[in-house]
Amino acid sequence: MHALEKILAKASGKKQVSRGEIVTAKVDMAEVNDLYLQVIQSFHKMGATRVKCPDKVCFVLDHYAPAPTIHSAANQKAMREFVKEQKIQHLFDINEGVCHQVMPEAGIVYPGMLLVATDSHTTTHGAFGAFGTGVGATDLATILATGELWFRVPAIIKIKIDGTPRKGVMAKDIILYIIGKLGPSAAVYKGIEYCGSAVDQMSMSGRMVLCNMAVEMGAKTSYIQPDKKTITYIKSKTDKKFQVFTTDLDYQYSDEYNFDITDLTSQVAKPDHIDDVDNVSDVEPVKIDQVFIGTCTGGRVEDIGIAAKILSGKRVHDGTRLVVIPASKNVFLESLEKGYITSLIKSGATISAPGCGPCLGAHQGVLAPGEYCVTTSSRNFPGRMGSTDAKIFCASPATAAASALEGKLSDPQKYL
Amino acid sequence: MINVIKGKVWIFGNNIDTDQIYPGRYLELTEPNKIATHAMEGVDPTFSKNFKSGDILIAGDNFGCGSSREHAVITLKELGVAAVVANSFARIFYRNAINLGLPVLICKDACLKIKKGENISLNLSAGILTSLETGESIQGEKLSDHVINIISNGGVIPMIRAQLLRNTKK
Repeated sequence: MHALEKILAKASGKKQVSRGEIVTAKVDMAEVNDLYLQVIQSFHKMGATRVKCPDKVCFVLDHYAPAPTIHSAANQKAMREFVKEQKIQHLFDINEGVCHQVMPEAGIVYPGMLLVATDSHTTTHGAFGAFGTGVGATDLATILATGELWFRVPAIIKIKIDGTPRKGVMAKDIILYIIGKLGPSAAVYKGIEYCGSAVDQMSMSGRMVLCNMAVEMGAKTSYIQPDKKTITYIKSKTDKKFQVFTTDLDYQYSDEYNFDITDLTSQVAKPDHIDDVDNVSDVEPVKIDQVFIGTCTGGRVEDIGIAAKILSGKRVHDGTRLVVIPASKNVFLESLEKGYITSLIKSGATISAPGCGPCLGAHQGVLAPGEYCVTTSSRNFPGRMGSTDAKIFCASPATAAASALEGKLSDPQKYL
Repeated sequence: MINVIKGKVWIFGNNIDTDQIYPGRYLELTEPNKIATHAMEGVDPTFSKNFKSGDILIAGDNFGCGSSREHAVITLKELGVAAVVANSFARIFYRNAINLGLPVLICKDACLKIKKGENISLNLSAGILTSLETGESIQGEKLSDHVINIISNGGVIPMIRAQLLRNTKK
């Protein structure tokens, strides 16, 4: 069995599960974000009165943090009331940040667990050896009512990434390159395991980026075998006992891909397709109206750090806006302590409250018709960040910062 | 479960994502009738006005990719979309559709063989799409037993409701 299958087997009380089998599994943590009051509505429609396992549920108010409209404020209010009434153990309110950063920081993500959330980027938690997967509101309501959910045991794809990246080439460049090669539906209904020397060398933040964007290839879940780095991170956050599963040597992957990233340069996904990827240096340097550095894909300390380094002592280009949103309160604090935030503000950046920001076009820097944006977030679908007539380039934080500096899409190489 | 669905077809391309089906700026809405007014707005802003209840959508690969937003299913269902046919569906959209009782059928190349405005019928249990104009049939994938069980229960909400009631009686 694959480690991911072993996690599903344990959660469903079975010794063995196999590809394609439907299992009903107990969920170790279910997370609801503030987009989905529908979860509570479906819960009530099911006739449920009490949340089955309130200690295994968390609410994170991150997509509209702080609330920009009366409607979103009312949704958040209803969620806070539900959390209190149901004695739900974890509420991360508007001061905390994006769920996929906040949950690991809070020590509620650990190897071997089954984590389900109302967010497609829940694949991120494969970086910690967890089975993380996104669902819709009614599936999540089922978990609140019963503590469990049905899953089809997925086939697993192995992606081996070897080599040492060039200076300034980040996890985001690597995953964009891979998505460009494999396409947006390469892993629909499947899991993706990442391995190889490039993954071994990568920071936890970098590994989270790889796993996060697995869903942009359609993946149900993602996995990186926990190593010393993973265990050190988890133990710094929680005393909870956990089990690390490993994949059997005879496990048959559905597909295997090998990449060597030694010579890779900065990558960009061009509007409007995440798999329309090219070298930044080979793309026409169009004028950029806004640069956004943030989100569960590109708003961590090392992301803000490289932007601060590139922009240090310099000014954002006249006519270009730079919006920086730390992924969490803790990321914000650490970036402040390291001087990154002060430096970025002096360079002309607008800093906004931790959360999802304009990634999904909700608030804090949405795009006007005809505007061009470089973003460290994960999606460039038409209309994703505001107007359907705006154009979005997805790139690394280094490329984003270089583009803010030059006012056009720019390769960061010469600044590093 | 309604087994045979007949309707007029709308055609869409590959990778129609959840932002095109239901733009993120409307995610704060919670009433289905309001959610329905923004259906497919990211692809065609006039869609919800021109759509007739009972029409069927046919798309290419990976329909519903992107976010987990259930709004993408609610908007189509509430507008009166009778079914969605595609070469393939993104996983979360597929689960959401089954859970809420929006019929979905995987049927390769229907988007190339059927034209916009054509009248078709879908036999869900057999997984067959038939053009009512040319008489041509295309064999799609049959729904799995697990999925049929959810649909025949009227979706996940009635199914869990019944399960919770049984547990209470025990």
